[in-house]
Amino acid sequence: MHNNNLKDEVIRISGASPIKCMKCGKCSATCPSFNDMEIAPHMFVDMVVKGRIEELMASNATAHCLSCFACVERCPRGVEPANIIEAIRVIKLRKSGSVQLTPAQIASVIDTEIPQQALVSAFRKFRK
Amino acid sequence: MIYSYYPGCTLKTKAKELDIYARRSLEALGIQMEELADWQCCGGVYPMAKDEIATKLSSVRTLNQAKELGRPLITLCSACHHVLTLVNHDMKNDSNIRNKANDYSKFDTPYKGETEVIHFLQLLRDVVGFDNLKAKVTNPLKGRKIGAYYGCLLLRPSAKLAFDSPENPTIMEDFIKAIGATPVVYPFRNECCGGYIAVTDKGQATKNVDRIIDSAKYKGCDELVTACPLCMYNVSGNASEGKDISIKYFTELLAEALGVK
Repeated sequence: MHNNNLKDEVIRISGASPIKCMKCGKCSATCPSFNDMEIAPHMFVDMVVKGRIEELMASNATAHCLSCFACVERCPRGVEPANIIEAIRVIKLRKSGSVQLTPAQIASVIDTEIPQQALVSAFRKFRK
Repeated sequence: MIYSYYPGCTLKTKAKELDIYARRSLEALGIQMEELADWQCCGGVYPMAKDEIATKLSSVRTLNQAKELGRPLITLCSACHHVLTLVNHDMKNDSNIRNKANDYSKFDTPYKGETEVIHFLQLLRDVVGFDNLKAKVTNPLKGRKIGAYYGCLLLRPSAKLAFDSPENPTIMEDFIKAIGATPVVYPFRNECCGGYIAVTDKGQATKNVDRIIDSAKYKGCDELVTACPLCMYNVSGNASEGKDISIKYFTELLAEALGVK
């Protein structure tokens, strides 16, 4: 389904330009999470151009993006796919009740070596 | 010249070695560095959304504090360096973020990205100089084959980080040479360890770390060095059984080479 309202929101929040994509696939080829994402980075870009935002929001692919900026660095057209994925993630999280990480979950994965940096980062990424 | 220093949350807790050996080494090199008085956690990850203002404010306060002291700001943790550098870039170049952050913060004078953020490795390269460093080494780490593990945050996005070449960096290899060891270049040295995904999906971190360790060992690394506590955690704790490789903070090797460990 084409949703221009949400598409504008993604473009505004991400500051990215998906329309510049020339479909070379380099973003997905270089993505360390490619095998974990049911929708790969190059598909995110294409689906935003087509306004298929609700499908992206329904997918769990955003939870696997590491924000490592490999796709941003290596895109020959300056599309910034990671910023687009981040925008979808943020729009999902801003909806009431969409917390993806709770302190109780943390208690089950914590070990003595885990750095504070990991916990702070995960809370920033998975809840608002 | 005195430099301001931003340790960040993890260097006070799980990554004390990264901090302590940096302090000792700088003393040995005759460079003065003072920890900022009231620093707050940078947030760990850069808030990428253009309309995220509140989550950038702790970094803005840190940057403004360094500006008021009139000193460049030294970082050590890759994530802190990444976040502070990108927020600084926003405060310099994005008027929407700059105006809103300043409206909220009410500094005496608006902060406009004046602070120079320097990573400790850049300090060694650009202020100390690797040749000078080499001359001050008392205990060269001869014969050790060390792979630099850059990870993602120090290098990318290179247009804003301007740290080193994003695909063929040399700063850590030059550092390894300066302390008398042999740097080993391997393909996955600038790929992500999985970062914070270790909290929600350890298996995904393991896949990343295994690729990196395989690549490093294949090229003949006996050990790795890093500047990032999260890389340290993932490489040392989340690899598959039997894949482990020794990994240390670069500052620990620096202190060892300078004879102050």
